[in-house]
Amino acid sequence: MRSESRTGDEAARLSTATSREAGPSDETDGERAAGPDRAPVPFDRRGVRAGFLTCVPIALGVGGYGIAFGVLATQAGLSVAEAAMMSALVLAGASQIVAVELWADPIPIAAIVATTFAINLRYSLMGAALQPWFRHLSAGRRYGSLLLMADENWALTMRDFKAGNRRGAFLLGSGIAIWIFWVGATIVGALFGGTVGDPAAYGFDFILAAVFVALAAELWEGRSTLVPWLVALGTAVLAADLLPGRWYILLGGLVAASVEVIRYDP
Amino acid sequence: MIHEGALALDPLVVAVILAMAGVTAVTKVGGLWLLSRIEVSDRLEAGLSVLPGAIVIAILGPELAAGGPAEWGAAGLVVLVMWRTENILLALCAGVGAVVLFRAIG
Repeated sequence: MRSESRTGDEAARLSTATSREAGPSDETDGERAAGPDRAPVPFDRRGVRAGFLTCVPIALGVGGYGIAFGVLATQAGLSVAEAAMMSALVLAGASQIVAVELWADPIPIAAIVATTFAINLRYSLMGAALQPWFRHLSAGRRYGSLLLMADENWALTMRDFKAGNRRGAFLLGSGIAIWIFWVGATIVGALFGGTVGDPAAYGFDFILAAVFVALAAELWEGRSTLVPWLVALGTAVLAADLLPGRWYILLGGLVAASVEVIRYDP
Repeated sequence: MIHEGALALDPLVVAVILAMAGVTAVTKVGGLWLLSRIEVSDRLEAGLSVLPGAIVIAILGPELAAGGPAEWGAAGLVVLVMWRTENILLALCAGVGAVVLFRAIG
């Protein structure tokens, strides 16, 4: 799975931050011996705690994007409360940043909602990858945990499960850490963004472009990414000239994904 | 520090946020739910997995094309700092600082 190779790198980079947390995993050795499929997946406070503590160092990094998002949201005209509400309820970084990039007066509702959906479609694949463990959990626990899924805590949770741990509440605990830092950082950034006068005088008009450059640097997966990205670039530059509004963004993404589907070589 | 209107909630903005939250929840919960009903092919999965990166590039392309050497140089510096440090705040500060500097020079 392509997205896993990216998040695999992410997990590897994070492993130093989490290695000190190796202790609690020992207690699941007995369960592991019972076989991967038949062993129960306990959903308890210990799992929440392990997920939360493992994720705090990573959640600090998420906070960096949160501050940037808060600044951008207020510059786009959202109030502090609206920015915080979006972070609390949507909880999907890249799509929120794109949404405030699209923000205008009047609000292009259809473009914002459709683009949000397209960017977040990857969560369906990520959620599906949790199936071997999550099918042991009740529907409420399963879907409730999934609502707090973000790229970072999904990668940590997959790593935890694959290491043989069966802590069903790990995604929930790590998701709580992400949520707290994401919403908190959004509020800090939004308060700060509201105090800035002329954004261009401090180069603040460049923050949004810089955020996307940074996102691109993180999303780069090596040469396999080159063709879809060139297709997206060409489509977007062309469509930006020919079409009104910001539809070139969604179009660039969809054409690149279509080309990837066509040229896929198993 | 809290400016006027910080706590304002425009009904239309709230509606857009709720719609975004709704479609995002569908994507987060939907994959696991669908999996027991249909099979996602590797081919489709490959296409979906390039979507986030492709959309980011689709945003950046026209935006950077509209800029000049100052913006391009600063963007290059952001990539460099991200690859070296993987620290987003450091990369953003370097990029914003560089764009101010480059604009002053140019």
